[in-house]
Amino acid sequence: MIRRFIVLAALVMLPFVSNSQSLVQFDSELDRTRYYALIQELRCPKCQNQNLADSDSVIAEDLRNQVYVMIKDGRSDQEIVQFMVERYGEFVLYRPAFSLSNSVLWGAPAALILIVLFVAVSRRKAAPQAATAKVDDLQLQQRLDEIDSEKGAE
Amino acid sequence: MNRKWVLAPLVVFGVLAAFLYKGLSLNPTELPSAMVGKQLPMVQWRQLSGETIEAGEFLGQPALINVWATWCPTCKAEHGYLNTLSKQGVRIIGLNYKDDVELAQEWLDRYGDPYAVNLVDESGRIGIELGVYGAPETYLVDAQGNILEKHVGVVNEKVWTSKFAQRYFSGQ
Repeated sequence: MIRRFIVLAALVMLPFVSNSQSLVQFDSELDRTRYYALIQELRCPKCQNQNLADSDSVIAEDLRNQVYVMIKDGRSDQEIVQFMVERYGEFVLYRPAFSLSNSVLWGAPAALILIVLFVAVSRRKAAPQAATAKVDDLQLQQRLDEIDSEKGAE
Repeated sequence: MNRKWVLAPLVVFGVLAAFLYKGLSLNPTELPSAMVGKQLPMVQWRQLSGETIEAGEFLGQPALINVWATWCPTCKAEHGYLNTLSKQGVRIIGLNYKDDVELAQEWLDRYGDPYAVNLVDESGRIGIELGVYGAPETYLVDAQGNILEKHVGVVNEKVWTSKFAQRYFSGQ
């Protein structure tokens, strides 16, 4: 009975034991913050929409380790990001830099707003004129008809 | 409303439909390869046998570099075709990736060894330098070690003819 209990307790403890191995040690609080910021910001190349921190895939683990090693080596954030982009492309950045190939993506919302504004303004300018012109024509015709009928009555 | 604007929704629909249709045939798991056009990384290459080897010793002519592992089912699927290619005289270099050396050797004994050179990357460090994010991946390098093309996933006859064959032979 006691042996069973010990086995059960060991099994319950197992996830905590394996978890503690993946915790990383840093020289300073700043480095720790940088590490977590970087693995939040970098995207796992194998998985479509997870960052390095969230993914359990083998490559994400390796890349987390790579980030850790590079921070320990005293490399700057920019150097680390550059390292990843050189090997895995802009895909790994959740906030890619502006470039010719993604200019449409960045520019489209602004362009759409400008187009809508332009159309709205031009229609507003055109609309009242058209309306008054029509009323004038109508009134004119009515008046002419009235004159005609008055003449006819005479 | 101006008459020429009547067709505008149709045009918008057409453009959207074209983009979405194109999207259907794209494979989102295939990343644009950042390493194409670059040189093979300067790393310490090691062979399955345990000996180190210089890049200059296994380059010198165009070759496919095939990243594989015994834990990867797709690698098994493409292995037969790699054997065929190798018999046709195509030079293939194997890079055993994050694997157990003994299992790898066993695999080659059992399924045949299409590789002119058997490199090994147990830790995955070389893989990171190469931009590997899974297995199998296959690179075409020229005689100087420039990466000309990269393919993620199984290599079969279709992939070989459409992606690799022409540039492999023109590099010789």
